[in-house]
Amino acid sequence: MAEPRLIEISPLTRVEGHGKVTVHLDKEGMVDEARLHIVEFRGFERFIRGRLMWEVPVIVQRLCGICPVSHHLAAAKAMDMIAGVDELPPTAEKMRRLMHYGQVMQSHVLHFFHLAEPDLLFGFDAPAEKRNIFEVIREKPELGRRAILMRKFGQDIIEATAGKKIHGTAAIPGGVNRNLPIATRDQFLKDIEQMEAWALESLALARDYTLSHPDLVLGFAAFPSHYMSLVREGDGALDLYHGNLRAIDIWGGTIFDQLDYTKYHEVLVEDVRSWSYMKFPYIKELGPEKGWYRVGPLARMDTVDFIDTPLANAARDELIATNSGGATHAILANHWARMIEVVHCVEKIRELLHDPDLQGTDLQAKGDRREEGIAMIEAPRGNLIHHYKVDEKDQVTYCNLIVSTTHNNEGMNRAVTDVADKVISGRQTITEGMLNHIEVAIRAHDPCLSCATHALGQMPLQVELFDADGAMIDSRTRDA
Amino acid sequence: MSDFTFTIDEIEIPAKEGQTIMEAADAAGVYIPRLCDHEGLRHQGGCRVCTVKAAGRSVSACTQPAEPGLAVENETPHINKLRRDLVEMLFHEGNHLCPICEASGNCELQAMAYRLDMTEPTRFPYLEPCRPVDASHPDIALDTNRCISCGRCIRASQDVDQKGVFGYVGRGIHRHVAANGPDLAHTDAEITDFAISDEVCPVGCIIRKRVGFVTPIGEREFDKGLIGRKISEKRNA
Repeated sequence: MAEPRLIEISPLTRVEGHGKVTVHLDKEGMVDEARLHIVEFRGFERFIRGRLMWEVPVIVQRLCGICPVSHHLAAAKAMDMIAGVDELPPTAEKMRRLMHYGQVMQSHVLHFFHLAEPDLLFGFDAPAEKRNIFEVIREKPELGRRAILMRKFGQDIIEATAGKKIHGTAAIPGGVNRNLPIATRDQFLKDIEQMEAWALESLALARDYTLSHPDLVLGFAAFPSHYMSLVREGDGALDLYHGNLRAIDIWGGTIFDQLDYTKYHEVLVEDVRSWSYMKFPYIKELGPEKGWYRVGPLARMDTVDFIDTPLANAARDELIATNSGGATHAILANHWARMIEVVHCVEKIRELLHDPDLQGTDLQAKGDRREEGIAMIEAPRGNLIHHYKVDEKDQVTYCNLIVSTTHNNEGMNRAVTDVADKVISGRQTITEGMLNHIEVAIRAHDPCLSCATHALGQMPLQVELFDADGAMIDSRTRDA
Repeated sequence: MSDFTFTIDEIEIPAKEGQTIMEAADAAGVYIPRLCDHEGLRHQGGCRVCTVKAAGRSVSACTQPAEPGLAVENETPHINKLRRDLVEMLFHEGNHLCPICEASGNCELQAMAYRLDMTEPTRFPYLEPCRPVDASHPDIALDTNRCISCGRCIRASQDVDQKGVFGYVGRGIHRHVAANGPDLAHTDAEITDFAISDEVCPVGCIIRKRVGFVTPIGEREFDKGLIGRKISEKRNA
């Protein structure tokens, strides 16, 4: 190999949003650097300025069509703070939680079965035309049917609590605009046993895959990182809706714990790089080189002390035990963690459906206005931060959003480099299988690039190969 | 007791001397689409969505007096096409972002578009005007991005509230509704004004602060059925 090269993968597929990967090779054909580029820009942080505060939860959720509930609720929580409401009426908080559990369930099911399962079922090197949900349905019709019906259940929960399956309006500053009628509740209760059985079977599928492919799982983009998530105030349990911040280091030790999330800017800094619209957050005290961290289902399994629902907690214990109790760094184990959270969501949904507070009529609280609102939530893909300032006229003057995929930016870039080095270094020709290995590493983080750049559009993947002088010598492009 | 009768789409409509076609039609339970007209406000004939054919001429039903024996065409494909064109041009002229608008589901413009089968974005290029929100008033905001210049707020403020909070400014395509002062805070506007009430502004331009989205999806006015159904139900009853 005489000259350095640059490989570009574009568009990325089976992830949410637009992105591409570039792989820089040296003169020996070894990977020098690999980057995940986010090539879309949406600008929500800017154009939300001037809008009225009660519009914010409805507007910013349009960042995403997959996890709009996360943005809807995070924005609503920030607006609660601005409305001076520190404690919601029980009906309001439980309706929001129910909405959120429905959302996490459907999003995880979508990712596992529709986006990731083709890789796991058919192999990373399977022909491209094989790696899609339709082939999964063809080969495993019962699995495909379950994927669709589980996702439907989650979306039906969202519709009942938010008003629509996508982009509802229920969360308003200080509360919600609806409760759950008994007839609707009873419809969900009819299906909850089936959902729990399917969730447990899906969990077994993800767990068995992880345990039966130890060489792949432990060798594929498995490198240590710090992890961060919300944990429940006091006991450190998993809490997807609310809590305090906890970050752990690569050995599982505490970096910070039970931190009031409104002080996030004291511990986190956002770095900007010229080649991506997505920022690079890091833990301030550790600096940009050592302070990067990851969020998401696997991070949550590592950061929390336990899960407060029995089936999910037992499953988490098993996952943690596979790594002798320490932090689990194998990125492919995210699928296992994701399915543990599906079980947790189903357990929580069942618990809430039996709670009479959901039929309460005290839906909204009032308080004394504040100028600033900061909220966090654990979205399906990880920690989500919404931060706003609102003037005395009720108009937004400042907005900062740090989404899960942004938290994972450095981790995804390192995963891309790790995999690229293993599958491309020293090779002359780019194959379809190589491209997909890189995509699998990105996909395991379940990124949402639209959310991360607050941008608009579809998700492409493109790989380009450049020489040492920066001239492109090979390229593969795939339509979204 | 009626003074005479006329027909709308061959339906016999009783009418009294001095009634407009729309007034008589409303009383008889025959709905004629409209945007600028509102019960309790003087008729304006501005939006032309109530255009009907009377004796072969296109007239605005809200201002045209009913006459004995008049044959009026209302719900014909041709007239509804004209109405849909008018509604499309209103969408083209302003910034009507229904998915994020708090008036969605209660908006007469949106409801009229549904009634007239405007199921796609307007065929005309969006003008995308840049109109800042006036949130200066402690209880009321004005987002003229959504204004359709129907003038209902102007008439309500002048004729009912006796205030003149709103007025038209500009000429031609630049004509638009504005607060009668440097901003809304420097007018006599009060939250209790009829002009500020939910029923006057047909869109999401005049906003009662801090109550947006309190009505859940499914319970909003036009979630329950088409615009005009309350008038039509009188006849069906």
